[in-house]
Amino acid sequence: MLKVAGKQEENPEFATLFFNSSLIFKPGQFIMLWIPEVDEKPYTLSSVSDKKFGITIEAKGIFSKKAISLKKDDLVGIRGPFGNGFTLPKPGDSIAIVAGGCGLAPLAPLLDRINHDRVSITCIHGARSKDYLLFKDRFKFERYFCTDDGSLGHKGFVTDLLKEKIADGNTFNKVYTCGPEIMMHKVFEICEKHNIHCQVSLERYMRCGFGLCGACVCGKEVVCKDGPVFGSEKLRDMEDFNKTALLKSGKEVALDDYFAWRHP
Amino acid sequence: MSIQFLDTTLKNTTVLASGILGNNKDILERVYNNGCALVTMKSIGPEPRDGHNNPTVIDLGHGIINAVGLPTPGYTNMEKEWKDLETRDFPLSASIYGGSVEEYARVAEFVSKQKPDMIEVNISCPNSEKHGMTFGVHAKSAHEVVSAVKKVTNVPLIAKLTPQALNIAEIAKACEDAGADAICAINTVGPGMVIDIESGMPVLDFKKGGLSGPMIKPVAIRCVYDIYKAVKIPIIGLGGISTGEDAIEMIMAGATLTGIGSAVKTRGINVFGLVTKEMTRWLDRHNSTIDSIRGAAH
Repeated sequence: MLKVAGKQEENPEFATLFFNSSLIFKPGQFIMLWIPEVDEKPYTLSSVSDKKFGITIEAKGIFSKKAISLKKDDLVGIRGPFGNGFTLPKPGDSIAIVAGGCGLAPLAPLLDRINHDRVSITCIHGARSKDYLLFKDRFKFERYFCTDDGSLGHKGFVTDLLKEKIADGNTFNKVYTCGPEIMMHKVFEICEKHNIHCQVSLERYMRCGFGLCGACVCGKEVVCKDGPVFGSEKLRDMEDFNKTALLKSGKEVALDDYFAWRHP
Repeated sequence: MSIQFLDTTLKNTTVLASGILGNNKDILERVYNNGCALVTMKSIGPEPRDGHNNPTVIDLGHGIINAVGLPTPGYTNMEKEWKDLETRDFPLSASIYGGSVEEYARVAEFVSKQKPDMIEVNISCPNSEKHGMTFGVHAKSAHEVVSAVKKVTNVPLIAKLTPQALNIAEIAKACEDAGADAICAINTVGPGMVIDIESGMPVLDFKKGGLSGPMIKPVAIRCVYDIYKAVKIPIIGLGGISTGEDAIEMIMAGATLTGIGSAVKTRGINVFGLVTKEMTRWLDRHNSTIDSIRGAAH
């Protein structure tokens, strides 16, 4: 078990928990966070340095509300890292990062790791309002913001900005996205139309985290092991992407019903 | 390495253990395409059931402990799954469980209409207070469950047994007498417990859980050895198999087929193909066949 070493309250609903432990990981991988007597859930790593790592949590359900109320020195269990992570860009690539709300969490360590002199980056970040935009001061490069209420940046969707950037003549060869599944699906569709390779980070109810129990399967893909990051070549065949997910019982339901259960 | 098992022709001896991956047709098909001869669905129960809260599955390094707790949509609540499976072109075993003899029969009757190639009667899960293992530790209750299921279905029946029975051979014999067509042994061992010493708390939410992986292989080998002596029906040997050599050992104990579960974690989904390849290599090197080594330890 690890002690919570610190907590950064990003806004009333998002908090980053830090742990003093070194972790060898790829951006996009996740850990299982166990709060004794509550539950255990997957969280992607949002920051990693030599001796410290962090996870950023959005308080949506019973567990996550408990998680953001954890205090320094509280003990929690950490298993992982698990999953495949993003495929990093190569020198000379021109990439777009498209994040919705807390979806910036798994993308942030990717941005940390990229050599910005060798990879051209366009970062688009959207949220319901300006208070919900994560890590406002973390990055030195320019970000393109959008909000549902227009409180900062473009009033509208991240997909509007992505389309606009493409129309402006940006020739991206890779797009990385994380956020609500419907948003990621739209991003994927735009990428397909423009022949851009896309990587999305999926969320499903998980148990083991290492590809054994099958609780998180999405069609034939095991999200905790084959994912959570899936690229265009797999997404094209994933009929359940943006359509269905399994409940805790293993029952397959429409995505809306799944999220209604996850975040009552 | 084609083999005949309960009216079904299988491409090799490997079987996907129940509870591993088997949630939908696509993933079962992927397991089959990775070399598995017979795939088993997750146990299907009488009512929708969520199973336990996490943590439910923990890797201990030398094996795995789990208390997933028999999650199931419930047998009447799986229209899509059944419909998808109608068009399958791979052999399928449907695992079932109940909380009473009547429930086992009710689930079996419905499930047999979906035409699986066989039905596995799970009387051995340690992770629920009132399901599974309760029925598998006594010859009388094991006999009652299998008899009741046999009355309502013509689909070949496999009784899945627990090593917690005082005398597993006696349970296997009772299942054979009740009409079981095969035995599958073993389910997870235990239940065991893991306590986190920092918090002083059991790690699994259900506190106790079944053990699997390499550490349980000797228990599985011994059980299959005992069962082989007691019954004439074929045995699916399961527990701790991760290599071709492990599978050969299981066949020498008396198994006809060799189940694989936890090794999916250590070697990946293609473990089935790997194990088969390793078995073939071993048999070639020893100038033997599966049939010639079956029960060799006796």
